[in-house]
Amino acid sequence: MSSEQPRGYLPRDRGWHPPALAPDYRSSRVRSPRQPLLALPTTLSEESGPVFGHDIIGPRDDDLIHNYATEGHSALGPRILVHGHVRDQSGRAVPNTLVEVWQANAAGRYRHPNETYIAPLDPNFGGCGRCLTDADGYYRFLSIQPAPYPWPNGPNSWRPAHIHFSLFGEAFAQRLITQMYFEGDPLIPLCPIVNAIPRADAIDTLIARLDMDAALPMDMLAWRFDLTLRGRAQTYFENRPEGL
Amino acid sequence: MTDNDIRHESPSQTAGPYVHIGCLPNWSGIAGIYAEDPGSRLVNADTRGERVSIAGRIFDGDGAPVLDAVIEIWQADAAGLYPSPVETRGVADPNFAGWGRIATAFDSGEFRIDTIRPGRVPYPDGRLQAPHINCWIVARGINVGLQTRVYFADEVAANAEDPVLALIEPRERVDTLLAQADGEGGFRFDIRLQGERETVFFDI
Repeated sequence: MSSEQPRGYLPRDRGWHPPALAPDYRSSRVRSPRQPLLALPTTLSEESGPVFGHDIIGPRDDDLIHNYATEGHSALGPRILVHGHVRDQSGRAVPNTLVEVWQANAAGRYRHPNETYIAPLDPNFGGCGRCLTDADGYYRFLSIQPAPYPWPNGPNSWRPAHIHFSLFGEAFAQRLITQMYFEGDPLIPLCPIVNAIPRADAIDTLIARLDMDAALPMDMLAWRFDLTLRGRAQTYFENRPEGL
Repeated sequence: MTDNDIRHESPSQTAGPYVHIGCLPNWSGIAGIYAEDPGSRLVNADTRGERVSIAGRIFDGDGAPVLDAVIEIWQADAAGLYPSPVETRGVADPNFAGWGRIATAFDSGEFRIDTIRPGRVPYPDGRLQAPHINCWIVARGINVGLQTRVYFADEVAANAEDPVLALIEPRERVDTLLAQADGEGGFRFDIRLQGERETVFFDI
């Protein structure tokens, strides 16, 4: 890289992300562009992004155990706390950014019009939540452990237990949706969606770790899941004297 | 720069077929958690600028409409200003959100964006870009959200000097980013994920 300060965001490492076409993930076959992506220097249109305030966040938005439950009830399933930091590629905290999550219930069933799995709905579980990261980029929400479930991909395909994450960052160029898996789940290495990611060390970053230090005794286990959004090229150079 | 100086971005995974639960819960039938779905209102009565509606569908490589996608848009206000802390040229219209989130209909695949025509925004070298709307598309089968842009076919002069459209080869692919007037006051913008007339997607 030249000594000239580049503007914008560090380029996305396409060898780290799954390719558009991952043939073992059947749906990607007809939904993957075949023309190469057109590389574009980020402009103000990509370097800016929406800002969300605390005014949109309700008091139970980050509590999936209770945010759809009838008063006095709670969702079925092992109670869990999921937490971590959102940082950028320079290690800088991403504060006040919206984190949205959604997931299946403790039986592996989603509350969705197109869901067809025979497992039961939980009348007290909706399956979505959100929060804003704090000044340190830290987020936390409460939920129940989602179950694995079968899906129509191969003859006997099962998704590992997972929670979907949607992250904004500060710029539209940072927009990211991904999935969090649970350490020790034997279905992780069998999943074509997971295995669309070409590198084992990249997959490993999506596996939350059991965090006994954060578990609430006699209440809930905790899982630690840190996320990294694209970093600004300029920030990297501005920070260089601190690191080197 | 070495690999050790920067971390890897978290790898993307598909939003899956049930993305609506987390992104548009009310729309998908989960009422009572969020007062309203995020991104469901771009404009209000006081928003400045020309109202435009953009409708379309997303097609897969077999020509079938995608019935489970979510599109997010991000655009400047009528004066070309973004409601963002990185906007240094002025203060954007407080009555315009700039960001919207729209699902394709479960039955027809049709989406509709009710917004305003954006103003022009500079390219890094100072040239003005033509009015455009950034789009980010996620769905089952899309491993990394797809970035594209909507331009307006009636902005002939601005489009002709747009530095982003100028990068597109072969030139006939420029048309895949042009929303066309539908003859009823709105615009039509279909997105083709694969195959003939595949939409131009960007690596930004």
